[in-house]
Amino acid sequence: MKADVVVVGAGPAGLAAAIAAKENGAVDVVIIDREARPGGILRQCIHNGFGLHVFGEELTGPEYAARFIDRANALGVRFLTETMVLNISPDRVVTAVGPATGLINIEAGAVVLAMGCRERSAGALMIPGSRPSGVLTAGTAQRFVNIEGYMPGHEVVILGSGDIGLIMARRMTLEGAHVKMVLELMPYSGGLTRNIVQCLDDFGIPLKLSHTVTRLHGRRRLTGVTIASVDKSVVPIKETEEFVPCDTLLLSVGLIPENELSCDAGVEIDPVTNGPVVDSRLQTSVPGIFACGNVVQVHDLVDFVTEEATRAGRAAAQFLREKSTRRGWKATAGRGVRYVVPQTLCGDGEDKTLFFRVNGIYRNCVTVARCGDKVVARRKRPICAPGEMERLTIKGADICGDITVMVEGG
Amino acid sequence: MIYDVAIVGAGVTGAMIARELGMYDLSVCVVEAEADVASGASRANSGIVHAGFDALPGTMKARMNKHGNEMMPKVTRELGVPFEECGSLVVAFGPEEEKQLEILMERGAANGVPVERISGDEARRMEPVLSRDITAALWAPTGGIVDPFSLTIGAMENAMSNGVTLYLNSRVTAITWTDGVWELFAGDSRIRAHWLINAAGVYADDISRMAGGESFRIRARRGQYVLFDKSMPVRTKSVIFGVPSDRGKGVLFSPTAHVNMIAGPTAEFVDKDDNDTTREGLQEALAGVKRYAPAVDARYAITVFAGLRAMPETHDFIIERSKSAPGLFNVAGIESPGLTSSPAIAEYVKELLEEAGVRLVPKPGARRIRRPIERFSESKPERQRELIAMDRRYANVVCRCEQITEAEIVESIHLPCGAKTVDGVRLRIRAGAGRCHGGFCMPRVMAILARELGRSLDEITKSGPGSWILEGRTKGGAR
Repeated sequence: MKADVVVVGAGPAGLAAAIAAKENGAVDVVIIDREARPGGILRQCIHNGFGLHVFGEELTGPEYAARFIDRANALGVRFLTETMVLNISPDRVVTAVGPATGLINIEAGAVVLAMGCRERSAGALMIPGSRPSGVLTAGTAQRFVNIEGYMPGHEVVILGSGDIGLIMARRMTLEGAHVKMVLELMPYSGGLTRNIVQCLDDFGIPLKLSHTVTRLHGRRRLTGVTIASVDKSVVPIKETEEFVPCDTLLLSVGLIPENELSCDAGVEIDPVTNGPVVDSRLQTSVPGIFACGNVVQVHDLVDFVTEEATRAGRAAAQFLREKSTRRGWKATAGRGVRYVVPQTLCGDGEDKTLFFRVNGIYRNCVTVARCGDKVVARRKRPICAPGEMERLTIKGADICGDITVMVEGG
Repeated sequence: MIYDVAIVGAGVTGAMIARELGMYDLSVCVVEAEADVASGASRANSGIVHAGFDALPGTMKARMNKHGNEMMPKVTRELGVPFEECGSLVVAFGPEEEKQLEILMERGAANGVPVERISGDEARRMEPVLSRDITAALWAPTGGIVDPFSLTIGAMENAMSNGVTLYLNSRVTAITWTDGVWELFAGDSRIRAHWLINAAGVYADDISRMAGGESFRIRARRGQYVLFDKSMPVRTKSVIFGVPSDRGKGVLFSPTAHVNMIAGPTAEFVDKDDNDTTREGLQEALAGVKRYAPAVDARYAITVFAGLRAMPETHDFIIERSKSAPGLFNVAGIESPGLTSSPAIAEYVKELLEEAGVRLVPKPGARRIRRPIERFSESKPERQRELIAMDRRYANVVCRCEQITEAEIVESIHLPCGAKTVDGVRLRIRAGAGRCHGGFCMPRVMAILARELGRSLDEITKSGPGSWILEGRTKGGAR
């Protein structure tokens, strides 16, 4: 089997990439997804707030996804659902399996990686204590509540203030559960300010910063957790330990890009983002393999995923004609910046938007992109936090060397 | 009915004995307190096949370890259980610890176990991640690794195929002996048998007392572990031990039969139900392996767990016919190297039964072979196509991290000794045992369990009664 462009994943990134590829001249575009229906994690995100940037209105997750699914169908994008990609070779042969197709190989002109990310699990946190039921990631709980229609528990503590955890604090409350508190290891939240206001403050749910769970209790089902505040080096302070009875612990402690397939394909991974190193056209280190969305970097807003994926889809279609490979200038993280994506800027004269995250809280600061000594982009920020992705746009004509992004002041 | 033999405890020891006795024309049952087999020490251990150089010569441990080690390649082949004779190294830091190596060399010679003294550089040539501070090592080529869950489940499944009955959720609360017949009050069942085998792990002292047997004492020694993702670059090919101390063999660093790396165990005496991990314990396990391989990185941890070893006061396995209770056989205090010893123990218990007058007539049709669940992800593409042609459910990958298909999950549920819980599925075919640890596949595994067992989704538990996962419908979810 052959295809011009194979997109792996039918979440927001995959959908936007497939549409863009089709709109930019790719004829045969295939999206592969393991679920029965396209939409990815948006299918279980039934709250609103999606689409403000892209559509100028507030949509629910399924509504946001539906707009792209409808568009993709209208353009004739082929969907292979209930199909799992097992392998991608460096020369772009995609091996997949599904009940409808059996085991298949697709020779792709270009591949777009859009597998998204997964949640860090309880085990990875090494929380001491017992191993009872009632401990699950916020996203798994969200699936139980919103897709299956079941409650995972009623007396709830949430560890981690990532956005999914905040959303689930509100969702569980609306379903009649008692969400006792949200604990955050760091002295600042990992989620968006708007979610803290709308999901915690509006419901009187306390957010305890610099706190963590130090022990799980309960032989079979969770009966409670020991919590403690942590010192400046995030080590729990024994004297502050306190038992909190609960039957459910939801974890929202970080997302990890799902790059097992990327690694098998030989794609270079950035150790900070845990996603592929990409250029400004979202091409990875392997020619013809592109990547976008949360597989590259964990985004806060789906709208930015859509933008990034649109560029990736367009570039994949272009690759079919031009077979361009990566060259250009480097973009690197300077003072106060944890990472910058894309890591390479193509010398194509186009304007470039750099996405990055800061490594702490900075107030009244300026985010700056420098090319040598020259400031090529700057933005005044009343506050920068690791939980909110930052961006800077540089004019194509201003890029004449490697770029460093940094925080000044604050 | 009255069984010929009732075995209390479905850990690896009980399961191996059941398998052995299942070969003969006897009615045999296994009585287990928990919701699945391998729920105690057999679930949470290092998965090591010990070479047998460190047990005190002349002890039951030394004998069972050596014989069990020799039997393991054949047993694992028969049961289709992952096993690898990868060898083990005991590493020494400086002259004091090197003296310990000498003692182990002597014990190895006395126990008839091949061992070789090598230099620190030779050890590092074999295992490049080892610390530069290691000055010498002991190499035991017959050390190995085995999947402890598969070994226990495989043995029980094999036993059940040969007619052995398994009672789960059946904690023994009382035992009577009337007119030559044992009666066990076990959960909702009353089970009668002529002979009683006590393989109850940390509770073996309670069972012996209930049956009027010897009043030895078993204490629970907890071992804590950290399991690392397959992608961790710091790996060894063989099992790495430090020199032993009075707290046992100490922390080891080893590959598992499923290519993860494992660190542990610690050793602390605790209550018999306290298999909690602790912050201090996990740090001790990590610090221990970092001493051997300094580049070990805790960020690759995918889970932590603790297991309880049944420690006898005599420091040796107690495998004997009771002198005070007729018809009782104690198989108690089976701490490390219990996993390695289990096939040898089973054979020895069979001999004890025979000595006691039990007639062992081979059962027609009984087989020692168990066909393991065929793994889609480990098959070649041609075979994968065949499997899909036979059963479309092989094309539905449910667990993405370990690439486990619906067909394999369904098979794990319907086999004899099949999975009834989410943990049961994980132990049998590793669905949910990978890096996301069930984040994605748990709801799907639950749905398959519910469908195949004819239950509703909220009746599916993590590990049996009391470990429910869901608490009823959402407001809009009731249908």
